[in-house]
Amino acid sequence: MKLSNRQRENLYGYLFIGIWIIGFLWLTLYPLIMSFIYSLNKVTITAADGIVLTPIKLQNYVDIFSKDFNFVNALTDFIGEIVLFVPIIIIMSIIIALLLNQKIRLRGAFRSIFFLPVIIASGPMITELIRQGAGTVPIFEDAEALAFVEQLPRFLANPILSLFSKMIIVLWFSGVQIVLFLAALQKVDSEIYEAASIDGASPWEMFWKITLPTLKPTILISSIYTIVFLATFSSNSVLVHIQNNMFDITTGYGYSSALAWIYFVVISILLGIVYLLFKQRKERKEKKVRRVR
Amino acid sequence: MKAERVKSKVRKTLIGMKFVDGLLFKILVYGLLIILAFVYLYPLLHMVSYSFQGVEDLLNPMVNQVPTELYVQNYKEAFLVLDYFKTLRTSLLITLVPALVQTIIASLVGYGFARFNFRGKKFWMMLVLATYIIPPQVTMIPRYVLFHKLGFLGKALSIIVPATFGQGLNSAIFILIFYHFFSQIPKSLDEAAQMDGASPLYIYFRVSVPLSIPSFITSFLFSFVWYWNETYISSLFLGSKNPTLQMMLQNFVSAYKSVMGGDDGSRIANEAVRMAATLLIILPMIIIYFILQRWFIEGIDKAGITGE
Repeated sequence: MKLSNRQRENLYGYLFIGIWIIGFLWLTLYPLIMSFIYSLNKVTITAADGIVLTPIKLQNYVDIFSKDFNFVNALTDFIGEIVLFVPIIIIMSIIIALLLNQKIRLRGAFRSIFFLPVIIASGPMITELIRQGAGTVPIFEDAEALAFVEQLPRFLANPILSLFSKMIIVLWFSGVQIVLFLAALQKVDSEIYEAASIDGASPWEMFWKITLPTLKPTILISSIYTIVFLATFSSNSVLVHIQNNMFDITTGYGYSSALAWIYFVVISILLGIVYLLFKQRKERKEKKVRRVR
Repeated sequence: MKAERVKSKVRKTLIGMKFVDGLLFKILVYGLLIILAFVYLYPLLHMVSYSFQGVEDLLNPMVNQVPTELYVQNYKEAFLVLDYFKTLRTSLLITLVPALVQTIIASLVGYGFARFNFRGKKFWMMLVLATYIIPPQVTMIPRYVLFHKLGFLGKALSIIVPATFGQGLNSAIFILIFYHFFSQIPKSLDEAAQMDGASPLYIYFRVSVPLSIPSFITSFLFSFVWYWNETYISSLFLGSKNPTLQMMLQNFVSAYKSVMGGDDGSRIANEAVRMAATLLIILPMIIIYFILQRWFIEGIDKAGITGE
């Protein structure tokens, strides 16, 4: 039997990705559905019957927002940290990538230093460093500055204090992003700069008019990477809270599933905002082109 | 007249025609890079210097960064408490195997997406991307229940099985890397082999895999590093019976107390010992990084996940 070209493509395409589809259905989609069901139930584990679900509708979610202040606080702190850290990480990565993109000696050595944290930063290691006070630059431990920040409202003060206590760690999270930006910078055609320079553009203008627009897709990718990385980093306090509740007799699987779902929604919203911020203008430009045509 | 020429010459070397080609700019660039590099390395320097300090140095307020003598006892104790070689073996088992499996599967799946125009390709591709965004915390509880039923908990299988089915740690990124790479290989290569009657699997192994060795190495290394540094999911699935190095560090204070604490448990791990332990744990990664660093950095470059 001879397959038509079309059938052949279908058959082999699914042959190659088949194992992923099985895995997705078995280990991602099914758990996703189950955890949503759990979140609407009181889940008790008994020796005799295994897992017993008692439907309680939205009670878990109501409990979280009305009683679990630790979680709500950890979550707002997390959001504050994302809003503060992601721009810092992105801007620092761009600055370092720009510095590395100059004609300098020892570029490889500098690049290796900036990338090193990606290799060694794990949850327990970072926790150790912060506990030792080695996660920050001494300037940020200035007592007066700390006293000033503490007076700010909680949603402002906590992320800033957290930033002060782990300034270097925040920088450490930018290794992959630096390399991404550097790769993007090196792809820019140098002729564009020459042409702009002949037209009398200053380096400052060239950065804003040429470099930054070309970096835009990379900014989007890096921001998404940064958010996902921070959201799943092992020592994140929201994650610790979810796991603690999992084995808590009074709360259990149902409750912590609800916590995880709230967390999921929050992360999705943050990613959605970033996506809209950096995707929008491209579409507008396309529309303009279409109108001109 | 002459003075003016000298002045303009000095000005030209210092500031250059456009500032960015002058000496001042060079100094600025190097200065910033050196300061930043120092800031990046500061925690490591801190760790190294503390890890060699004896009790006297720790208590002496005059000794801040540089220890008075190299006190190696910290490393000996940390080594003993961590049960280093045994723990290292566990760590390697649950990081190397999943990393290897994950890389192979990601290459197969990436190849499928890149080389075949099957129905529903866009839909599945979207789902692959979606799995990157779904936090593991959402799926972890049902997976935990499932693995409990299957008897995977506490075994390396609980980490290896998800990797085998393309649902491991950051699997989506690796699939994208391979998708991107395989899309760049000209299709005429396959077509020529196909004319000769080669099956797609044969083409994959004989034509595409040899071409994509750099992608394999990069993906494997990143997968390895990420599995090595991941502690949240692995400590949940593996439990405390067979701890990895990272998990030992997490519980180092109590482990130290039970091993070194003496009869009354009065000896507590001081910061020097803890720093020594931390260094011992990142040591394997640092060694690998120094040997293979170009594969890490240039790998990202080549993998070209810069725009998608």
